[in-house]
Amino acid sequence: MKKRVVITGLGVVSPNGVGIPDFKEAIKSGSSGIRFFPELRELKFSCQLGGQPEISEEKKREYLSELQLRNFNSSGILYGVIAGMDALKDAGLNVTNKNEEPLWELGIIFGSGTSGVEKFREAIYKIDDKNVRRLGSTSVAQTMTSGVSAYLGGLIGAGNKVTANSSACATGTEALLMGFEHIANGKATYMLCGSTSDYGPYIWGGFDAMKVTTYKYNDMPQNVAGPMSANASGFVPGSGAGAYLLESLESAQKRGATIYAEVLGGAINNGGQRGEGSMTAPNSIAIQKCITDALTDAGITASEIEYINGHLTATIKDTDEIKNWSSALNRKDNDFPYINSLKGMTGHCLAASGSIEIVSAILQLHEGFIFPNVNCGNLHPEIASIIASEKVVTKLQEIPLQTIAKASFGFGDVNACVIFRKNKYI
Amino acid sequence: MISDEIYDLLEPIIKTYLPEDVSAIDINRSSDLTRELNINSAHLVDIVLDIEDKFNIEFKNEDMEKLRNVNDAILLIQQKIAK
Repeated sequence: MKKRVVITGLGVVSPNGVGIPDFKEAIKSGSSGIRFFPELRELKFSCQLGGQPEISEEKKREYLSELQLRNFNSSGILYGVIAGMDALKDAGLNVTNKNEEPLWELGIIFGSGTSGVEKFREAIYKIDDKNVRRLGSTSVAQTMTSGVSAYLGGLIGAGNKVTANSSACATGTEALLMGFEHIANGKATYMLCGSTSDYGPYIWGGFDAMKVTTYKYNDMPQNVAGPMSANASGFVPGSGAGAYLLESLESAQKRGATIYAEVLGGAINNGGQRGEGSMTAPNSIAIQKCITDALTDAGITASEIEYINGHLTATIKDTDEIKNWSSALNRKDNDFPYINSLKGMTGHCLAASGSIEIVSAILQLHEGFIFPNVNCGNLHPEIASIIASEKVVTKLQEIPLQTIAKASFGFGDVNACVIFRKNKYI
Repeated sequence: MISDEIYDLLEPIIKTYLPEDVSAIDINRSSDLTRELNINSAHLVDIVLDIEDKFNIEFKNEDMEKLRNVNDAILLIQQKIAK
């Protein structure tokens, strides 16, 4: 018998809000974290906009010691540590003392795309300068893919599986499903899951070179055409981290913990880079299968989905995504669920996108609202031909939700879809 | 440079790497850096780099092997400065 799994803690470090209260306020009001970065202009980027969470020196010191911050140069680890520790605290769980046994029932899966690029750059310069001995002890821990999970593991005293996953822009959603399965299979009671992405030009450069970012709004960061807009011309790169504390339902009930949502189920698959799929383009057949498999795994019908938190990046692929949702759910026009995308307010936070967006989805489900999909005054006509325009929420709506879907898609033709539900277990 | 002067420059370097449950007053010349002061052994390389910067010297791999306590560090520094 599989265990039921719920979410009892959330943490977020987003370009438009650090910490759950600020982030919730920001998404409700449609407040954007997208800014102009002079350094990107200096470096001759096409897209000189980005999303970077604002974290003060004092804030850093609430989470990491002076010694840990010495020669510290990994924004992704900082974001991940803050989001992860906030999620743990939000769930009402405590870290163990140094001399106690590890928390055998608490594991961590915290993913990233590339980790610690700034630190890696620093190291490469030293190595090429024949100065490898000057790297000190901090290079490895700050550049390893498992950096966030290792930092969090040490801060918390986690004694179950502590690892990192990587599946491009699906990383955060995949991390959640991996943690879900681990608890469902009875291998842990708590799993702290999430994903992170470094800030800056060394992460964003490759996307700039591929021309998937927008070059049209450098002088008006507040007006970047949002996801599903007819004017969408590419994404703005972002950064940050999102985290969730997953827990078995029985444990959460025993503790009397606040239950944000139940993870009903989900699916992860791959388009195999076959058909229309490639390293960078999705195979629609696989996306539709991922969605229908998620419904099956969750034990629900397509008609039960009331809201979709889309991957929707503000590129030409948005239309394909809507087609895929519509085909997979067999719902269109007025029958289509409500849908929005956070990326208009945060940029595309790459490996962190799935986790930050999941936090936004859970907040909406828990509190009963749908945040505005910003800068979409002019809905793409092809999208408008598939679904009713009022299903694309452009103004904050207070509305009770019970069952919602979140999907993330990424390079390598990876897909992940998860279904959440509120209140059925009580 | 006499050993007291070296000690005064060395103490703040070591203090940086003390774990939270060890106090700076526990540092003395015979303190074993990893066993008594509980400094993470990975940080020994950082201590050496800080010493190199402070005294403008360079440690070799063999020097590292001799570094156990504060007195070892003072002796090594004195030898390097003298060269």
